[in-house]
Amino acid sequence: MTKRTTQARGRASRRQVLAGAGALAIAGVIALPGGSARAQAGAGEFAAALKKTLGDAQAKDGKVAIQAPEIAENGATVPVIVRVDTPVTADSYVRRITLLADGNPNPEVAVFTLTPRSGKAEVSTRLRLAKTQNVVAVAELSDKSLWMTKKEIKVTIGGCGG
Amino acid sequence: MSEPRVKVPEKVKKGEVFEIKTLISHPMETGQRKDGDGKVIPRMIINKLVCRYNGEEVFAAELAPAISANPYLSFFTQATASGRLEFAWTDDAGRTYTHTAQLTVE
Repeated sequence: MTKRTTQARGRASRRQVLAGAGALAIAGVIALPGGSARAQAGAGEFAAALKKTLGDAQAKDGKVAIQAPEIAENGATVPVIVRVDTPVTADSYVRRITLLADGNPNPEVAVFTLTPRSGKAEVSTRLRLAKTQNVVAVAELSDKSLWMTKKEIKVTIGGCGG
Repeated sequence: MSEPRVKVPEKVKKGEVFEIKTLISHPMETGQRKDGDGKVIPRMIINKLVCRYNGEEVFAAELAPAISANPYLSFFTQATASGRLEFAWTDDAGRTYTHTAQLTVE
């Protein structure tokens, strides 16, 4: 497959040089940059989702941790525990935990709203991961401070396709 | 379909922090898949869970298609008084599925 694409490209550039831009040449030239533009759009979506979570503030490293398998055989259901290392009291608690994934078709995963009644800032769920990627957790505390962590999870069989 | 399951201890001590485990049967259709004719199968997911303890919201989750089918969520709350833990899941069509658990605080 890769070999054929390379050959098609070679043919395309020769035709370009000869200024004989046939349909094959156009397809060859447009298809490849198109692919990388889509990949960048994916990264842009993750950056936008992170920006939406953080606003204009900066998140610090620490306090929040993700517990998940290093290697997930089945990306359709990957168990994840996110916990924030902070006491939960009436005036000091975790307001929100946002989970994002940087390699899924859509970077949003979940937003958990916690309260002083939570007792313990820990949430477990199961994720779909399309491929090997980073899962990112951002915790917002009641003092408005933001804490972030990420964990790479290797996925053997992706969990988003049909 | 969409049968909720909730695991809560029957009895807890006052002030104790206890875990609540929830699961609802649901395909969580991502909106990414195509059917046999190549048409996109529309997104249909459980997008929200709210847990109220004697009427007060103690936990909420907004979910995206990246949450697995039959969405499982577990979280914690602190025992204050005996009463009801109410759970409400909402899907993309605006349908709500509810479950109530009784809790005894000693």
